Amino acid sequence: MSTIDTATATTPTGTMGRVSTGLGASATRPDGIEKVRGEFAFSSDLHRPGMLWGRTLRSPHPYARIVRIDVGPALAMAGVAAVVTAADVPGSPTYGLISSDQPVYAADVVRYVGEAVASVAADSPETARRACEAIVVDYEVLEPLVDPERAVDGSVAPIHPDGNVVRYLPIRFGELAGPDAPVEGPVAVEASFEVGMQDQAFLGPESGLAVPAPDGSVDLHVSTQFLHVDRDQVADCLGLAPEDVRLHLAGVGGAFGAREDVSFHVHGCLLALRSGRPVKFSYLRDESFLGHVHRHPGTLQLRFTAEADGTLVSMTGRVVLDGGAYASSSFAVIANAARFLSGPYRFRAAVVDAYVTRTNNPPCGAMRGFGAVQACFAHESLMDLLAAELGIDPVELRLRNAMRTGDRMITGQRLTGAVPVREVIEACRDLPLPDAVDAPPAAEDDRLAWPGGAGRTADHGDLRRGVGFAVGWKNLMFSEGHDDDAWAACVLENGVATVVSACAEVGQGWVTIAQQIGRTVLGTPDVVLEPASTATIGTAGSTSASRQTWMSGGAVTLACRAVAEQVAARWAALHGVAANAVQVLDGELLTPDGPVAVAAAVPGERFTATIRHQHAPTYPLDDRTGQGDCDVSFAFVAHRAVVDVDPELGLVRVVHMDTAQDVGVVLNPRQTVGQLEGGIAQGVGLAVMEEIVVEGGLVRNPSFTDYLIPTILDVPVVQLTLIEQPEPHAPFGAKGIGEMPTLSSTPAVVAALRAATGRELRRVPVRPQDIALD
Amino acid sequence: MTSPPDASRPPTDPAGTATPTDTTDTTGTTDTAPGAAGTYELRVNGQVRLVESPWLGESLLSVLRERLGLYGTKNACEQGECGSCSVLVDGALVCACLELAAAAVGTDITTVEGLDPQGALTDVQQAFVDCGAVQCGFCTPGLIVAVHDLLARQPQPDELTVRESLAGNLCRCTGYGRIVEAVHTVAHRRAGVR
Repeated sequence: MSTIDTATATTPTGTMGRVSTGLGASATRPDGIEKVRGEFAFSSDLHRPGMLWGRTLRSPHPYARIVRIDVGPALAMAGVAAVVTAADVPGSPTYGLISSDQPVYAADVVRYVGEAVASVAADSPETARRACEAIVVDYEVLEPLVDPERAVDGSVAPIHPDGNVVRYLPIRFGELAGPDAPVEGPVAVEASFEVGMQDQAFLGPESGLAVPAPDGSVDLHVSTQFLHVDRDQVADCLGLAPEDVRLHLAGVGGAFGAREDVSFHVHGCLLALRSGRPVKFSYLRDESFLGHVHRHPGTLQLRFTAEADGTLVSMTGRVVLDGGAYASSSFAVIANAARFLSGPYRFRAAVVDAYVTRTNNPPCGAMRGFGAVQACFAHESLMDLLAAELGIDPVELRLRNAMRTGDRMITGQRLTGAVPVREVIEACRDLPLPDAVDAPPAAEDDRLAWPGGAGRTADHGDLRRGVGFAVGWKNLMFSEGHDDDAWAACVLENGVATVVSACAEVGQGWVTIAQQIGRTVLGTPDVVLEPASTATIGTAGSTSASRQTWMSGGAVTLACRAVAEQVAARWAALHGVAANAVQVLDGELLTPDGPVAVAAAVPGERFTATIRHQHAPTYPLDDRTGQGDCDVSFAFVAHRAVVDVDPELGLVRVVHMDTAQDVGVVLNPRQTVGQLEGGIAQGVGLAVMEEIVVEGGLVRNPSFTDYLIPTILDVPVVQLTLIEQPEPHAPFGAKGIGEMPTLSSTPAVVAALRAATGRELRRVPVRPQDIALD
Repeated sequence: MTSPPDASRPPTDPAGTATPTDTTDTTGTTDTAPGAAGTYELRVNGQVRLVESPWLGESLLSVLRERLGLYGTKNACEQGECGSCSVLVDGALVCACLELAAAAVGTDITTVEGLDPQGALTDVQQAFVDCGAVQCGFCTPGLIVAVHDLLARQPQPDELTVRESLAGNLCRCTGYGRIVEAVHTVAHRRAGVR
């Protein structure tokens, strides 16, 4: 097996091949049949003979000192096999994605409601539940820090040794009139915007199975976004070598960022190793809401200045996002919120002060579009205010200031590659609006189509329709100098290609794309993807940040191409021609005898390659100025929303959504549509219904009864157009597509609500009372 | 696999103060004293299945998954909000998490595994694959059952009827657009269109 390191493994580009189910085709998911039959094994479906059920006791207090823990009553119960607390963690007492600051179990202090205190393994879920209740924990309740502004101003003693500000990121860019003041234009608008705490609300609960091995090692079958980073954290906490902790991807029931952090992973392995039996965890919905991070809530104060003709001059921003009790990915989230706060527009100067805080609220971390979602709501809302102030059409104002290739963003980085901001705006604007856009439904129309639906509350005479427009942008892949890589292997034998990758399929369709790449590069429909595991291949990096088609897709492409080159050399040797007489192109060998499919060229022999793929290097941001080339690539998107509102009752129906998205090149049209429609639904959710309600550190609505996500009745009909400008350094020119749909869909809906109601609506989600009672 | 829990359990929280640990358990048992409720038989997907030593109050969802090994019926909210556990009881669409298993004795229960008597892929299942209505797939079995129910009642539903009928099935991945397409595709195929 040949291993080629990154020195020679530059990101591949290339053209589509000749296999009908290859790249560019709407190939069907290889797991689709199993999923529709109910035969696909999700992590919550795993079971083994003799397995135990794990359960975790969690803190009922947002901030308290642990005076005493007595697990004796639980251990004494029949059916209880093991109980573990902080005292039983043999390795690192803490874990974390970027900084290791979160205890496996609270030892001395609990810092949020839901923090793990102890776990039990028992012969049934019910016994485990009762055993958790039997554990005695005496708390000395402390005054919680729940106001992020008090974390910023330093008026509260640190609730964690690492302090109450996880990261402060200043940005100072361009023409400054003073250290903290940009030069300004004659026209200025400013406002403060607020974003509530959204939840990823995937359907498949945190779950999986830990299986101990006789040699003291452990296998963990788990739903996750990033097997290797989980493996490293788990091994560190268990005090085991990484190779003694093998993580295997179990069926993932959605992720959206919430599976980047470990959940029960360490707990399950500890209990399995202690009891010597397989241990299953499966959170219930309320525990899931407490057991994963959420989208950061925050306040974003923003000021734009412009020339009288609408040319933007400066921006000034202050961002405070609340990271809750532990850091998770806050470090990256605040950097996104800070540097994308300008919107995809040219500015001459920028001053941004961005904080992400530590409080006794629920921990927040990654969610689809992390940081850029919050920023987008602010910059797009303010662009509309500026348009009104200037008397310029809002779409025209955006076009006038749209970034182009070669422009600098406020980190000073010059944008290279495809930057089709103008194109997405114009394409979205030019999509036909639904009939009678200026009018809400007619009185004779089905009342189920009115706001309120089956609740039948809207009065027809009150109904108003509004249209809103917004534009979003975000980087693709990791940034700020993170060592971002992905491994893949390819084995070709007897016309069948086997692809090995640890990339987490979370529903997005990686398994389809990986097959399509193999088909195109090797010229065979027969491509098999091995199960993802840390035991078989190096890291794939995270399924997040719109990065896997580029990163793992690039790795699979390179591995398959390396195999194809081996086949070409072997064919030349077997046929006694010079090696350079055989070329590889689009899944075929071009030989002196004519073209032949790569996979069919040399039967009976086995070819293998393993590749590590990295993208172009990125660099940290300067601590004082926020300047630096920290990004690899960007994607852009525009949305136009149509809403019907009953302003008297605050009822809303999002009728229609148009979008134009910069996708580079479409690799699978059907899956692309699915990503765009699904992301829009989450953006609509943030606009009008989704919020984790936290009072005094306590989550008030940890259920699908009280945390509402869009149903099939709540989502708009989507009309979309894809802007294809191949990204120069991306595999096949394709950009990541997963996050962009969530960016500007939210502000587009709110802009439409403002147009319909005349309300300011500076906060999302917009609640009925914000419209009816403001 | 699942054995009865310890009978000498501690009293439940007398003050009723909710804590994060204070949740309904996976098996659907609540504060009812656990213990054998008597063996009974359920007719599932045309087969008579023996349910031994169930707990009092055990949900149909728990029995299907943990006792009968029918994991196609999913557990996502366990309070009837998400539809992931949709099954047919005597032809009526229900959330298995809200049904008492013992009360289903004498009924005909159909799960996603039994939609076709011969185990073939149904036209609804095929259309979900064809149209891209499946992403993570966790909601999919429940939706498949719900769509079979809808089309049995209304062979040619209009758009609003489709949406009203499936409003009890949450999906977090797809935004529902391709699910609607899949329903219309089946309706058209059954009508001989296309």
